[in-house]
Amino acid sequence: MSSIGTGYDLSVSTYSPDGRVFQVEYAAKAVDNSGTVIGLRVPEGIVLAVEKLVQSKLLVPKSNRSIQTVDTHIGVATAGLLADGRHIVNRARDEAESYRDIYRVPISGKMIADRVGHYVQIYTLYSSVRPFGASAIIGTFDLDGPQLYMIEPSGVYWGYHGCAIGKGKQVAKTEIEKLNLDKLSIVDAVKQAARIIYAVHDEAKDKEFELELSWVTAQNKRHEFVPADLAAEAERLAKESLNEEMEDD
Amino acid sequence: MEWNFDPFSNNSFNHYGNNPINASHSAGGIIQRTQSPKVWGGTTLGVVYQDGVMLAADTLGSWGQLARYRKEERLYPVGNFTAIAYAGDMSDFQYTKHMLDSLMIKEYYINDDHVLSTPHVYEYLSRVMYHRRTKMDPLWNTFIVGGYNNGERFLGYVDLLGTTYQSSAISTGLGAYYAQPILRKAVEGREGLLTEAEAIELLNSCMRVLFYRDCKVINSIQRAKVTAAGVEITEPYSVSSEWGFGEGVRGFGSQKQ
Amino acid sequence: MKSITPPSNNKGLYIGVLFRNQYDNDICTWSPQGRIHQIEYALEAVKQGSAAVGLRSKTHAILLVLKRSSGDLSSYQKKIIKIDDHIGIAIAGLTSDARVLSNFMRTQAMRSKMLFNRPLPVYRIVSAIGDKAQTNTQHYGGRPYGVGLLIVGYDEKGPHLYEFAPSGNFFEYYAMSIGARSQSAKTYLEKHYESFADATLDELVRHGLHALRDTLQQDKEIDTQNCSVGVVGEDQKFETIEGDRLQRYLDLLDGGDTGQGGETVESMDTE
Repeated sequence: MSSIGTGYDLSVSTYSPDGRVFQVEYAAKAVDNSGTVIGLRVPEGIVLAVEKLVQSKLLVPKSNRSIQTVDTHIGVATAGLLADGRHIVNRARDEAESYRDIYRVPISGKMIADRVGHYVQIYTLYSSVRPFGASAIIGTFDLDGPQLYMIEPSGVYWGYHGCAIGKGKQVAKTEIEKLNLDKLSIVDAVKQAARIIYAVHDEAKDKEFELELSWVTAQNKRHEFVPADLAAEAERLAKESLNEEMEDD
Repeated sequence: MEWNFDPFSNNSFNHYGNNPINASHSAGGIIQRTQSPKVWGGTTLGVVYQDGVMLAADTLGSWGQLARYRKEERLYPVGNFTAIAYAGDMSDFQYTKHMLDSLMIKEYYINDDHVLSTPHVYEYLSRVMYHRRTKMDPLWNTFIVGGYNNGERFLGYVDLLGTTYQSSAISTGLGAYYAQPILRKAVEGREGLLTEAEAIELLNSCMRVLFYRDCKVINSIQRAKVTAAGVEITEPYSVSSEWGFGEGVRGFGSQKQ
Repeated sequence: MKSITPPSNNKGLYIGVLFRNQYDNDICTWSPQGRIHQIEYALEAVKQGSAAVGLRSKTHAILLVLKRSSGDLSSYQKKIIKIDDHIGIAIAGLTSDARVLSNFMRTQAMRSKMLFNRPLPVYRIVSAIGDKAQTNTQHYGGRPYGVGLLIVGYDEKGPHLYEFAPSGNFFEYYAMSIGARSQSAKTYLEKHYESFADATLDELVRHGLHALRDTLQQDKEIDTQNCSVGVVGEDQKFETIEGDRLQRYLDLLDGGDTGQGGETVESMDTE
């Protein structure tokens, strides 16, 4: 893990003697502390899944969504500070709109990731701002098919077959690597995503959580929440597999 | 209403004396905007009926007297339960379409289950039209906005002045003269009784009259209906017409003096 | 779209000066643990204000607040603000920050009426202030808002209750409390919230008053002077009930000395 750089870690415009920008690393910590978020890319589309930690039983279930829509064909799930995530999403919406205004076609996955990544990066350059304490997983369907990107607080972004951020990212990544993503149907991808979120959830540390599932499918190329019946089915299977695992132990 | 819009002339003289905005002054530091529509869509019709509302328009985009674009769709859905029909400048309409699309994308991504219903779309469009008029830079269009939300029929008119009114039968272009009386007679007081078949027949017969009498209407029309099931826009089609009487008209067809 | 042209700051001057915690001095410094102390301190400002309670049923959403006065000669500080016919807020923390936010909310509400002839859906007004508040947590030289809000509203989807925090976070709740000693009220709400959905307005207010009373200091009691209630619901525009009109609701309170003498006992009998 990163060390604490005495005196060289107070500003994002300061390098440490060994060439690190500690403030960006610290911002990334905020993401590591948040609930797990994963994205899967399969031939028929993209699935986003979030382990939304529920802080109080007074919260209204299904409200306070943490997966958001950017354009009809783009969904974004964020991990880290909620408000920072919303800021990133709002910027993505502005970018998608301005792209449409100029080119009169929906923005591609690569373009939206590039533009938002650039925006996030700007916040790592100046001492008068702080880096975003949020990462964003972008799922979309464009002319080249399904696209999955992840933007980190440093502004760096890569395209993925599957990706994970937050508390359970290590376990989630291991689970995702076991999947045959090129052969998985979109419905199976939903079920796998649900299973992985349930598997990484740490009951000892965090009490309650709500599973959020969304997708962009080849069928209508729209970002939507997974239909209630399929989501319920996926959740049931996830719980089942969790119980089986516990019995095996 | 018709305005002088001859694209071949730079003459701002208005034959009808009804140019609403005398914006041709370039003196006095006033910026001169584009104030002359180029490609023009003419008549549109709208009625309410039993199950919702129905709009009709032909598919012609005229360039001056030339019937230049013959497959121009002039009906457009806005969300799931609203449709608009335009008369006037084609490019201004294309701009408006994009503006409404952007609006509906915003409504989509907010995702709070609230739906922008037809009266809201109508209000928004009216505000935009009035705002542009006060800037002396109007969108050169007349819109009919029709929709069906939660059991309520809605039909409204808004033009380049920001003038608005709601009625159970609305028409624009020369249709405001030829078709309006026919529509009113058939619809007013019978809004809840008019069946879909009757409404279709009514709009078809009005389009037929207009095809005969308005030289900027062609016999290729579309209808939109908005009901509880959503918006449905037909493919372009033709109505029957009768030209046999031409045989008896001097100077028509093959007949010689 | 705005591009960022950051002002330079003189943060460098501070470096080297000995602080108790070097990571908590400004809003754009992350701690090694991935926290921003200045945001957390701003959340503390909310607790400096007196308590506010909000709850909702299937038909109504209500606010209840405890008001303070600075002395016998001063009036009680208003804590409930009407935003529109269908939205109202209760505040805890810096009142002047709340006025900035309520002004903004009123503008948003009017904008919606002007542009769409539609009362602004509650979620949208809350997310607007959430997003506004977030920018205050990211730029040097400013500070986050020092006020928390409870927002109630009634729209096409029914009654809503939201909490807004200086961090820019906002959540929808069945019931919530903010401000000084609000934990006591929260405990009451968590115990009873399942019965709120089908409660009548009177029952809802009674629950709210009970929760609010739990935040009081030992020797204090709620009365028509130090308490206000905000109500919005089906066919009911947002209104603030205070002064003598509140007596009827205070009479609903049971099991406590509301300081109202015989009347309270009487209403207990009829209950």
